[in-house]
Amino acid sequence: MTDLTALTLAEARDALKAKTFTAVELTDAYIDAMEKARVLNAYVTETPEKAREMARASDARIAAGKAGALEGLPLGIKDLYATKGVHTQACSHILDGFEPPYESTVSANLWADGAVMLGKLNMDEFAMGSSNETSHYGSVVNPWRRNGSDVNLVPGGSSGGSAAAVAARLCLGATATDTGGSIRQPAAFTGTAGIKPTYGRCSRWGLVAFASSLDQAGPIARDVRDAAILLKSMASVDLKDTTSVDIPVPDYEAAVGKSVKGLRIGIPKEYRLDGMPAEIDALWQKGIDILRDAGAEIVDISLPHTKYALPAYYIVAPAEASSNLARYDGVRYGLRVPGSDILDMYENTRAAGFGAEVKRRILIGTYVLSAGYYDAYYLRAQKVRTLIKRDFETVYAQGVDAILTPATPSAAFGIGEKADADPVEMYLNDVFTVTVNMAGLPGLAVPAGLSAEGLPLGLQLIGRPFDEETLFTLGSAVEKAVGTFSPAKWW
Amino acid sequence: MNMAVRTPDPKKLIKGATGDWEVIIGLEVHAQVTSNAKLFSGASAVFGAEPNMHVSLVDAAMPGMLPVINEECVAQAIRTGLGLKAAINLYSVFDRKNYFYPDLPQGYQISQYKQPIVGEGKVLLDMPEGVVEIGIERLHLEQDAGKSIHDQHPTMSFVDLNRSGVALMEIVSKPDLRSSEEVKAYLAKLRTILRYLGTCDGNMEEGSMRADINVSVRKPGEPLGTRCEIKNVNSMRFAAQAVEYEARRQIGIIEDGGEIDQETRLYDPGKGETRSMRSKEEAHDYRYFPDPDLLPLELDPAWVESLKAHLPELPDEKKARFVTAYGITAYDAMVLTLERASADYYEQVAKSRDGKAVANFMINELFGRLNKDGKGIEASPVSPAQLGAIVDLIGDGTISGKIAKDLFEIVYTEGGDPKKLVEERGLKQVTDTGAIEKAVDEVIAANPEKAEQAKAKPTLSGWFVGQVMKATGGKANPQAVNDLVKQKLGIE
Repeated sequence: MTDLTALTLAEARDALKAKTFTAVELTDAYIDAMEKARVLNAYVTETPEKAREMARASDARIAAGKAGALEGLPLGIKDLYATKGVHTQACSHILDGFEPPYESTVSANLWADGAVMLGKLNMDEFAMGSSNETSHYGSVVNPWRRNGSDVNLVPGGSSGGSAAAVAARLCLGATATDTGGSIRQPAAFTGTAGIKPTYGRCSRWGLVAFASSLDQAGPIARDVRDAAILLKSMASVDLKDTTSVDIPVPDYEAAVGKSVKGLRIGIPKEYRLDGMPAEIDALWQKGIDILRDAGAEIVDISLPHTKYALPAYYIVAPAEASSNLARYDGVRYGLRVPGSDILDMYENTRAAGFGAEVKRRILIGTYVLSAGYYDAYYLRAQKVRTLIKRDFETVYAQGVDAILTPATPSAAFGIGEKADADPVEMYLNDVFTVTVNMAGLPGLAVPAGLSAEGLPLGLQLIGRPFDEETLFTLGSAVEKAVGTFSPAKWW
Repeated sequence: MNMAVRTPDPKKLIKGATGDWEVIIGLEVHAQVTSNAKLFSGASAVFGAEPNMHVSLVDAAMPGMLPVINEECVAQAIRTGLGLKAAINLYSVFDRKNYFYPDLPQGYQISQYKQPIVGEGKVLLDMPEGVVEIGIERLHLEQDAGKSIHDQHPTMSFVDLNRSGVALMEIVSKPDLRSSEEVKAYLAKLRTILRYLGTCDGNMEEGSMRADINVSVRKPGEPLGTRCEIKNVNSMRFAAQAVEYEARRQIGIIEDGGEIDQETRLYDPGKGETRSMRSKEEAHDYRYFPDPDLLPLELDPAWVESLKAHLPELPDEKKARFVTAYGITAYDAMVLTLERASADYYEQVAKSRDGKAVANFMINELFGRLNKDGKGIEASPVSPAQLGAIVDLIGDGTISGKIAKDLFEIVYTEGGDPKKLVEERGLKQVTDTGAIEKAVDEVIAANPEKAEQAKAKPTLSGWFVGQVMKATGGKANPQAVNDLVKQKLGIE
């Protein structure tokens, strides 16, 4: 038998339907691959027994002709998603031993469609990070390496485990989440396709919250089609999340491969940063050329408040996080470090339980919400947010269908490389992606080529609210022109 | 009305060593919303379950849980706003009030800060000197916290989350109150309105109504003084006591040359005093910000209108109607309308009868008897039909007022049809003048000296009336006795 893990999700789906192999065989191939790739540290928990049990049930349903949309397809789940009875810690020490008695809506949707769970994926602690180095369970290693180098690189973050696992073929696809770029930046760093859908497209119920007004679930996948298939199953309106939106979920896969003729693509001048590496600029131009050649109309646009997005994001997100993370107090679940009284217990628990980056953001968030600072920081950042949103509304009102930008300002960097740097340098990784979260729009990262050092680089497509379909159409056009990218296996 | 225009009433001023002082009081009342489920979760909001039996994943703040607004709690807040003649804000926002406490699982309370669901309204108080209007500043919805229990273990505290997430309405008055009597009257009136609306049971013992009381003092006409907030007072009596104590404490400090520290205080009913809980410096910075898990609350005006259309008649309106429709005094109408159930009872009886007679009998006999037993009108053993029958028997002269009391007691304790009881037990008023005449003759014959005195001093005839009533077991028609006595004694 050929290596089953080489297939895309769509190919595996079709093969299972054709009974070329069984779900159990497919699942075993992944369990085997996971065991051999532990050096990548992509999974924090493997659930092979559960996976085989689910695969057996899938085989039974396939045999009975009752296969779901994702029947028998093995997936990895980001540790941010609550999975019933299975390790759910957002890769934080403070949630030690936490196994929820409930399943997140998005993962429940996947299981309802027949998918198989392989385990929980590594991530930056509470999704705070752009390199997966803040995880309590250690860094994830990017399966990609620079040409002729054995230096371990970061996979990006916060969904670093998801991106690495998909790129290294340790699952057919993975769930991820994106608050400021946590799906798109790691996808770009690993040559995978990742989409952050419109805010409200997927339920946040059962997702450990980072910044509630920005958090959104989405998939990371081998290619655009796989991402479309996964999003179709993940998305739903949910009565348990009043910020989820009741709009029918379209057949995203049908949008893949459609013609881009006549679509108007905006190129925002504000995304051309000073000191941006030439190859990022070249990649962007390549994307423009591909879409123009495919029949799209390219228009220059302006999103004037772009430069305020990153600072405003680093006020809004920490503010919400400082409140969302207040529940980790050692009283009801997770870590408890005893103290002389209740206050002492809180302080000991939170001091030991949170990592440095999480503490930094709690401090920032607490500060910007404090009496006397609220107006100057939080309120002003919210006003900036409104302006950013308006920037997009204006260009969409002018007939722009989607916006093309680079996904990241650089390729993947080395683990530990930025350890001594100013934290702001790490935050700059999100410079192209945070605007999308601030405006609640969908954004797709699609691989578009390799850097001179042989590392994947990605482009970002930003769409109208709830128009993920156009992004899948455009993404597949880029993909058709440049192909897909896989790392050489060294592990 | 507000503090600027309310003229100081000399009778309400407190005498100090340096002159008269005016007490300025504002109240924040936390009223538990009557609803089956909590404000943001489906868990039961019913009081009295075993600890931690009414706790959902949301109430326990499990990771990834999200609040979902309970429509009925919103409707209750709107009804209450309408009952307070207040502006309903069609757009309001839920905020997070952040602080750490073990009985606050989320680490924040979901409340409404800058944009509450209800704006300005008013409450009218029936005070001896007349009607006093107290302004309502706002009403907002918020979650209650759980309960910390400190007396179950030598070194640990326990937490009961049954109350965690239960819906509260915080009703904030303007600083319009001027005395402990007004505080009591305000709390009583608010309770009456809430109970009429069915939006809060007003049960202060169970904690479903609690008050934070802001008190300051000033010389009449001077600017407002520094206020102290007395937290969590759970009875009307304690509220009045706390205000009295706090006002005198503040006056004492100022008159001794000191200054009032703005602080939060607690009232100790055992010692009858307030004591400092935390100073302004120790006050929390709650870091309020809009809850990103909840969209702003936007109300459909048509829905608000339909809630308004289905609002019950409120105590003030009912009182006014009783005065005109039944010809009773404003005071009697107020007493009868304190509870909706009493008012309903009254109307059932008074519908086809003399409203005054019914009011008198209800207030003097029924309420008095129920009070003695600590019973509410709902638990009255005498039904409106039975009470009506008794009033009818007095009205048509079948029984005297005195016998009516005895008959009422029989119906109250044993039950039965008043009309039949009168027959069976021979309680009928004797109107047969022959029988009464005989009794009068006998009493006069037995007391010749008194009869002579009475002829000279007619007011003494009352003694004879009493003797005749006694002799007839109270069944004689008092008017007939009176007439006959006078006639026989010749003192017409």
